[in-house]
Amino acid sequence: MNATKSAAHQLLPKIATGIPGFDELSHGGLPRYRTSLLKGGPGSGKTVFALQSLVNAARRRQEPGIFVAFEESTRQIVANAASFDWGLPALAGSKLFFLDAKLSPDVVKSGEFDLSGMLAMLKAKKEEIGAKWIVFDGIDVLLTLLQNPIAEMREIYRIRDWLADNEMNAAIITAKMDGAGSEIVNYGFMQFMVDCVIRFERRLEHGVALHRIQITKYRGSDFVAGEYPVSFGPAGMEVDAPEPAEIKQVASGERISAGFERLDKMLGGGLFRGSSTLITGVPGTSKTTLAGKFVEAACGRGERTLFVSFDESADRIARNLSSVGIQLKACVKSGLLRMYSARTETIGAEDHLVKLKALIREHRPRCMVIDPISAIAKAGGIAAARAVANRFIYLAKDEKITVMVTAINEGDEPETEATDLQISTIADTWIHLSYLIRSGERNRALTIIKSRGTWHSNQVRELVLSDAGPMLADVYTAGGEVLMGTLRWEKESEEKAKTLQRRTEFDHKRHELQAAEADTRARIKVLQQDLERQRLELEKYSSDNEARIVSSIDREQELRRIRSADPAGRAATRIAAPLAKLRASGRSGNSGRKNKKDAQVAP
Amino acid sequence: MTIVEMRLYIANNAPNSVRAIANLEAICKEHLKDNFKLEIIDVLEYPLRALADGILVTPSLAKMSPSPAAKIVGNLSDKRSVLHALGIPEPVE
Repeated sequence: MNATKSAAHQLLPKIATGIPGFDELSHGGLPRYRTSLLKGGPGSGKTVFALQSLVNAARRRQEPGIFVAFEESTRQIVANAASFDWGLPALAGSKLFFLDAKLSPDVVKSGEFDLSGMLAMLKAKKEEIGAKWIVFDGIDVLLTLLQNPIAEMREIYRIRDWLADNEMNAAIITAKMDGAGSEIVNYGFMQFMVDCVIRFERRLEHGVALHRIQITKYRGSDFVAGEYPVSFGPAGMEVDAPEPAEIKQVASGERISAGFERLDKMLGGGLFRGSSTLITGVPGTSKTTLAGKFVEAACGRGERTLFVSFDESADRIARNLSSVGIQLKACVKSGLLRMYSARTETIGAEDHLVKLKALIREHRPRCMVIDPISAIAKAGGIAAARAVANRFIYLAKDEKITVMVTAINEGDEPETEATDLQISTIADTWIHLSYLIRSGERNRALTIIKSRGTWHSNQVRELVLSDAGPMLADVYTAGGEVLMGTLRWEKESEEKAKTLQRRTEFDHKRHELQAAEADTRARIKVLQQDLERQRLELEKYSSDNEARIVSSIDREQELRRIRSADPAGRAATRIAAPLAKLRASGRSGNSGRKNKKDAQVAP
Repeated sequence: MTIVEMRLYIANNAPNSVRAIANLEAICKEHLKDNFKLEIIDVLEYPLRALADGILVTPSLAKMSPSPAAKIVGNLSDKRSVLHALGIPEPVE
């Protein structure tokens, strides 16, 4: 609440009526200690509103009240209220006092009368029971009897004075006022006298009764202007007030399954908890099947789920779904799944909303399906249905229920939904099912048109149903066209064969290369062995050669000794040998003979 | 002659009530002479009793006997309807 609102509250204290939606519309309820006027045609809900406020005050705050019935008898009023769960008969005997103020038709009128006696009696009664609320229901009936505009005005003043003297938490006057044309001037005056004026309307639209409420005046306070739908349920009247401007929902990051793995993958992991999903498609495209799978998955997680059907009975649905492998009967037996089917032709959209709210209150589901939601537009017109559809989505979000709704499209294009209930704009995820007819076959296609806050696949997939359940198959695009059904199967086989071939080729090539590698390795080994061998040979040769040279020198020495050559020294001998040979070849046979003694002495 | 028993519920000295008392007294004097019994109840003084008696507006005149019982609301300025309701034959003039 912002500062100005709370300031207004301090200026004008209010008291809650306890009527859902109205206290929101009025930012707190009726003006405390003041009088409010409810005006509207017959059967527009004024009496119910007044009575419900009184009942709520008595039951919830232990505040006694007085109901002055000018139009209907007390017996009639209590009987009419039997359809609500207020326990009115018990209250009528204790906390609530009903005064039958309907003048009997055989009462004779002679001259003028006034309400001073009645007000005196009411004062006494009020003091007796400690009443804090008072309702004057159908005051126009009484005033008409006066047949005198001046007298009427006077009596209205009298009532106003009485109310001012007797402090009540709230006073409500109801009057049948049809419209601007037939209004008597005094009733106009009455509107000025009171602090709050609420208008009720009942009209027929497409054969269904629709109720509306509108606050037309609220002195000293702000309120939500405009007309709002009203519905009636077992708890009484409910106003479909708009959402407060501040959106309080906290986005959840948790993901849950949309039904099966492939679909979850397409959604980037699944559906966000508390999100809303719309599935559109022409009849027969398996919307219910997808919804059924979502429900099955939820029950599999142990979550309470609600399946609301507007098309078929629960049994029929369970049977149909079991033929595609979705077993809901077990879920129902375990108590996790509640299935509810309703006929849509007879009641208006707002009444459906009341029923849905009641179901949610009773069953407390975490997941919910409505199949199809477009059915609520059957009775009562499209505008009301649109409002209700929106209201429902917001309600589910507030309650953090993950909801999936199906809608029947008139045409195969998803865009036609946008002209019907317009849920596609507020839903978080939109999945569209369509038919693709090609080569004599009708196949189902699934596309994700949008999914807020997450990546999603933008591809069209073929939805295949078998008795094992639904599954999504890749589609092939050949020459820019989507292939499904048999063509897809053919293409799939082709692809498989190609893949196999490629693999075989790959394996073959791999083997080849491996063989070549092995081959080369072997060769390297052989070369290495050669190398080793040659090295060894070289080594041997080198060492051999050395040995030979050494032994040849030794031999030379030995020969010299034997031949008693001069001891020119071994080194000298080595060098001198070739020289000696040269000398020997130059001289004639002397150089070879040397003194034996010299040879021996030489070191 | 039968005694007409009546109860007149008034609201203290509200104008209509005062007028009703005057009108009724005149009627009784003229048409009933002494053959009537009248109880005047001030609703402001005995509101719960009036409530129990089924009174709504004031002034209200209730004919208790002879039957049929009758109720007349208003200040009784319309003599004819009063006489008619009380079952008093109008004198032929």
